[in-house]
Amino acid sequence: MSKKPVQFRLNGAERAVFVEGGQNLLDTIRRGLGDTSPKWGCGQGTCGACTVLIDGQPHLACLTLAEAVEGREISTNAGLGANGLHPLQQAFMDHFAAQCGFCTSGMLMAAKALLDRNPNPTRDEVIEAISGNICRCTGYEPIIDAILDAAKRRAA
Amino acid sequence: MALDDRFHNRDFKVVGNRVTRPDGIDKVTGRARFGADMTAPGMLIAKVLRSPHAHARINGIDTSKAEALPGVKAVVTYADFASAHAPDDDNLVNCMAKDKALYDGHAVAAVAAISTAVARKALKLIEVDYEVLPHVTDVDEAMKPDAPVLHEDAQDESVPAGTPKNVVRRYEFGHGDVDAGFAQADKVIERSFRTEAAHQGYIEPHACLASYGSDGRADLWCCTQGQYAVRAMCAGMLGMQASDLRVTASEIGGGFGGKTTVFIEPVALALSRKAGKPVKLVMERSEVFRASGPTASTSIDCKIGMTKDGRITAGRAELRYQGGAFPGSPVEFGAMSGFAPYDLENVQAIGWDVVTNRPKQAAYRAPGAPMAAYAVESVIDELCQELGLDPLEVRIRNCAHEGTLSPYGVTYPKIGLEETLKAVQSHPNWTAPLGPNQGRGVACGFWFNFGGNTCVSLNIDEDGTVSLSTGNPDIGGSRASMSQMCAEELGIPYDRVRCSIADTSLLGYNDVTDGSRVTFAVGLATIKAAQDAIKKMCGRAAAIWGIPEDAVEWEDGCAKPAGPNAGEHPPMSLAEIAAVSSQTGGPIAGHYECNADGAGVSFATHLVDVEIDPETGFTKVLRYLVAQDAGKAVNPDYVEGQFQGGAVQGIGWSLNEEYIYGEDGRLQNAGFLDYRIPVASDLPMIDTVIVEVPNPGHPYGVRGVGETSIVPPLAAISNAVSHAIGKRMTQIPMSPPRIVEALEG
Repeated sequence: MSKKPVQFRLNGAERAVFVEGGQNLLDTIRRGLGDTSPKWGCGQGTCGACTVLIDGQPHLACLTLAEAVEGREISTNAGLGANGLHPLQQAFMDHFAAQCGFCTSGMLMAAKALLDRNPNPTRDEVIEAISGNICRCTGYEPIIDAILDAAKRRAA
Repeated sequence: MALDDRFHNRDFKVVGNRVTRPDGIDKVTGRARFGADMTAPGMLIAKVLRSPHAHARINGIDTSKAEALPGVKAVVTYADFASAHAPDDDNLVNCMAKDKALYDGHAVAAVAAISTAVARKALKLIEVDYEVLPHVTDVDEAMKPDAPVLHEDAQDESVPAGTPKNVVRRYEFGHGDVDAGFAQADKVIERSFRTEAAHQGYIEPHACLASYGSDGRADLWCCTQGQYAVRAMCAGMLGMQASDLRVTASEIGGGFGGKTTVFIEPVALALSRKAGKPVKLVMERSEVFRASGPTASTSIDCKIGMTKDGRITAGRAELRYQGGAFPGSPVEFGAMSGFAPYDLENVQAIGWDVVTNRPKQAAYRAPGAPMAAYAVESVIDELCQELGLDPLEVRIRNCAHEGTLSPYGVTYPKIGLEETLKAVQSHPNWTAPLGPNQGRGVACGFWFNFGGNTCVSLNIDEDGTVSLSTGNPDIGGSRASMSQMCAEELGIPYDRVRCSIADTSLLGYNDVTDGSRVTFAVGLATIKAAQDAIKKMCGRAAAIWGIPEDAVEWEDGCAKPAGPNAGEHPPMSLAEIAAVSSQTGGPIAGHYECNADGAGVSFATHLVDVEIDPETGFTKVLRYLVAQDAGKAVNPDYVEGQFQGGAVQGIGWSLNEEYIYGEDGRLQNAGFLDYRIPVASDLPMIDTVIVEVPNPGHPYGVRGVGETSIVPPLAAISNAVSHAIGKRMTQIPMSPPRIVEALEG
């Protein structure tokens, strides 16, 4: 099977990998580059656990072709707290927003994209922003509280 | 187990605090390693071939073309398992079909190859000679005399002779004379109910990495609720000695009961043994739906009699649960638990376990109980409605207390059901005004809570910290709660304890993380292991001071002379004793093992308001309140998390989630798009009230809390919907088309 080279930035670092035709970005990040923070939950774009940012916008890595990110900037949860805990990560800790922790990386990236474009979201805006991400453990309340709290702390 | 009064109702210093969990940083930074996050050098990728037929005889499997494909390193079928030559093991036959494919998605062969692409290609080259047979997926249909038969010999002697063969077990519980009880009633209502199968819906698919060595020993890394149970099951299927298989539990991305058994682990081990290389096997989402264990679907008749003033005179239920293609549906728990919240003179529950062409069910949070509670609580609600009685007052009047004989034969010790009812009664949600198309529902729920085999070790490290090892995967924050109980007992700060989950080579057998047993049983063992270490530390202090061991007592994390006759010695802290341990006899450790008894049963009352859109049949949940007895909440954050999480799973099951089978016996909605789990925009705030009526069987009064929260929602929401639309709903889930149908019918 022929492979193609792809070059992009992952959490600020230049990366170059060979990918098979049709290979998705999630496999490329997890298997090819060893960053297992984005999770494989469904492979169908329905659970949100693989959410990453591409040039700041949230995308489902399982539905993104690796070849399509040539030259782009990819951010994952593993890069979020590069200098200690990111305020969102801290808020998730404080609010017990990660119960099993499997949806957490995707939730955090969806939340980061929201706060980057809207630093003071309403409760409804938070709910809308994470409604593509399934959490089976918490009932969402602690996650919503954590995101609102992180926004408040950032504003303070 | 006798209650140790020294600890009952004491002032806690660490227990009851909302501490930060030790695994929190790993989880919020993405560093935590789940089932699919492990790799090994030279690792192969495995894929499973699954039956497209609901029921088919397998006349032969030709794997030769797949084996010849470059890059394929092993192919296995049922013949590759040791116990293929022993009496049938249902778990093995579920993991790999024997002579028949019993459901859509049943594994028939598996391949290990150098890449996912090669493994997938190889699956297409395996030729299975199927002889398609008639199938049945509905519980009532499967009980009919002319239904297709799954197994000729699965029925046991509990079932009356002549009963159709798909009916494999019968259970009966109760006491008194129900017919005499119905004769005393002013009103008797009998209804039939149906609940469809729901899936636990953990976001992490089953995943494992197996590595079988040339010395016959193997390592297995997997996401599971019980590494010891995985070891026992896999070792049996592969013909290994248990001690030759070491199982390490990864972090677990949700389980809810569904990861208490094995599906892919023995397959990965068999492939690794055959290929001589590590093998990774991760289920796809569609495989999780088709071939792991959802809960049972049910059909239940329930009859209850009540006097005009709200006394329940008798209750009877007949429950039929299909648990998929093998015996073992949770109908026994259903028959035991449905009437458990009530103090009844006359009660009878009969359960029928039925097999169908569906995947073998696995436990799902309080397995079997939500469906039974749905039937019982619906009929009680309708009786209250017909007799013009307050549903909370009626429940308070009939509820079980200490000394009540339960329908399943035990007499309750101290329990907190009435307290949960009164907590709901005094909550503002109970009196919130309702608008048009809105309705309010209330329901109670019960779960047994388990104890079981438990083994705990702790080491007092030289720097004064404590390393605690337990054998149960942490599924809802148990490393934090164990650390809290350990710190409490030792009298040291929480952050001086580190709790790890041991692999199977390090501790004695620990039962699975199930039945809400861990905080109770592992907590109890942790407390006892700490007491063991305390005894040893007191001995070391006694030796240093040159006084008898029984002249030393432990208080606030220090050894102290017990009374004036013991002499004048300044207290020695745990850290001071640990620092000199090498001069006083070597390392200090505490240990405890038990088969824990005395898990306190747990009750909850839920209250919900809904609004129905009469055009579309859509249900909006407006308010939701959970009041549950936790005995003692070791960490209130995690207790609330369990209350809310269980309620939300119940909401999803009540309103949307169901397995839909086509005429062809194939699952039609094997993905999150068509099997719709609640997302943030579907839910209201879930309010919680933690009731604390201490469990007399635990030193700190702890009861399990994980499961009871999913028991009342089906009934509470159905009651609310029934009031909102003025029609009694009798099927779960109440998806929009069903509500429209009820409105039009």
